[in-house]
Amino acid sequence: MGLNFKELADTYALRELASGMAVTLRHMFKPHITIQYPEERTPLSPRFRGEHALRLDEKGQERCVACKLCEATCPAQAIYIEIDPATTAEQRRTRVYSIDETKCIFCGFCQEACPVDAIVLGPNFEFHGYTREDLYYDKARLLANGERWKAAIDANLAADAKYR
Amino acid sequence: MPEILKELLGTVHGFGEGLFGPMLWIVVWTVIKIVILLAPVLFMVTYITLAERKIIGFMQVRYGPNRVGFWGILQPLADAAKLLFKELLLPEKADRTIFFLAPALTLVPALIAWAVIPFAPGLVLSDINIGILYILAVSSMGVYGIIMAGWGSNTRFSFLGGLRSAAQMVSYEVSMGFTLIPVVLLSGSLNLTDVVNAQKGMWFVIPLLPMFVIYFISVVAETNRSPFDLPEAEAELVAGFITEYSAMSSGLFFMGEYANMILVSFMGSILFLGGWLPPIALLDFVPGIVWLVMKASFLLFVFLWIRATFPRYRYDQLMRLGWKVFLPISLLWIFVTALGVLMFGKA
Repeated sequence: MGLNFKELADTYALRELASGMAVTLRHMFKPHITIQYPEERTPLSPRFRGEHALRLDEKGQERCVACKLCEATCPAQAIYIEIDPATTAEQRRTRVYSIDETKCIFCGFCQEACPVDAIVLGPNFEFHGYTREDLYYDKARLLANGERWKAAIDANLAADAKYR
Repeated sequence: MPEILKELLGTVHGFGEGLFGPMLWIVVWTVIKIVILLAPVLFMVTYITLAERKIIGFMQVRYGPNRVGFWGILQPLADAAKLLFKELLLPEKADRTIFFLAPALTLVPALIAWAVIPFAPGLVLSDINIGILYILAVSSMGVYGIIMAGWGSNTRFSFLGGLRSAAQMVSYEVSMGFTLIPVVLLSGSLNLTDVVNAQKGMWFVIPLLPMFVIYFISVVAETNRSPFDLPEAEAELVAGFITEYSAMSSGLFFMGEYANMILVSFMGSILFLGGWLPPIALLDFVPGIVWLVMKASFLLFVFLWIRATFPRYRYDQLMRLGWKVFLPISLLWIFVTALGVLMFGKA
């Protein structure tokens, strides 16, 4: 067995411990990488899939034509739609359009399926409720979301349009 | 001591003796001195928790606590308030007396050992001539608190933690004790003031550098700090002997741990780094206590630095290091030091 004197000397001089401690000391003076969340935010992609919203068209009419494609494609079956029987085939509208946010997996398939860009997943991820019922979104809530986040949603759709 | 201070002290003594009578005044005066000594110690204990979280945070390239008060300065107070208002739980099968005695028994030795620490020439609560022995005796009592906590909790994690801690602290006390012998040999005294005065020519860290390193690693193990924090090993033993403790009873364990850290840092500065002596004679105008606190603060920083750097030891490695590496080296160095003292005389 060969005694490696350099190795032995390194061990007893605690060389590796010292170099390890040098690393931590160097890091101590580096700028912090923490994002201080409520004050600072990370950038969001235009494709970010957050809270749902139903959009209105230029004339202030609902875009949704009650085709039920989103309901059909939803893998979590979080969407429930009833067609308004009073509307005609040319002007089909929904009577009930509700999304259960507790079921939704935020896959964005509903947005992909929508032929009229009515249902979109907006940029908002800071939504919550004290009860489950608070997260069962009805049509009024979804439309209100669409109005509230209109600017951001429109900007995101415009930014993403050239890739579609 | 300036004349004005001496005069003031005389007035205080005169007033106290008039108020309490000479016999009782001695007791009251000692209590006052104890409070003056322990208040800064406890203040340091609370604030080293913040320092620890901040420094380790910086080393991990993050901020550490910064929400409570400016720069997180009120965080320790918030923690203390939280601990005080939490419910104190007693496990059903725990041994009541031992369970509640244990936290006190870890904190108290860490505090009473401060009695012999000299902060500056003459500034020591009790200048006894066996200071080093006293500190060794008192600080080894701390292990009883941990064993009792492990036993009294009556659960397996606590029990294993207590066992580990007992074995670890006993092992490292041996090597720690041996590292102090060369210091005693060089200074020729067990009195801590004399030890510091013997370092006027050269700090003991220079001739005894390996001893200082072993002393430091041993006290890291003694105080159950990372990377030797096997007794609490949160990954395997949940929290070891602290598992069943809640609220301030667990807080007392942490206070004991931090008080011990501060104590051994002051000890290390006094025994090896020249206590209150300045590094060069030119800087003599700075009060000695400032030097002592600076040296101890540096050692405390190294404690936190080590914790941020190294992963936890395996148990058999820990035992091997203590018995098969530190013990022979320290024995060898005692021999070398004794030979040196015999040939060249004391420092």
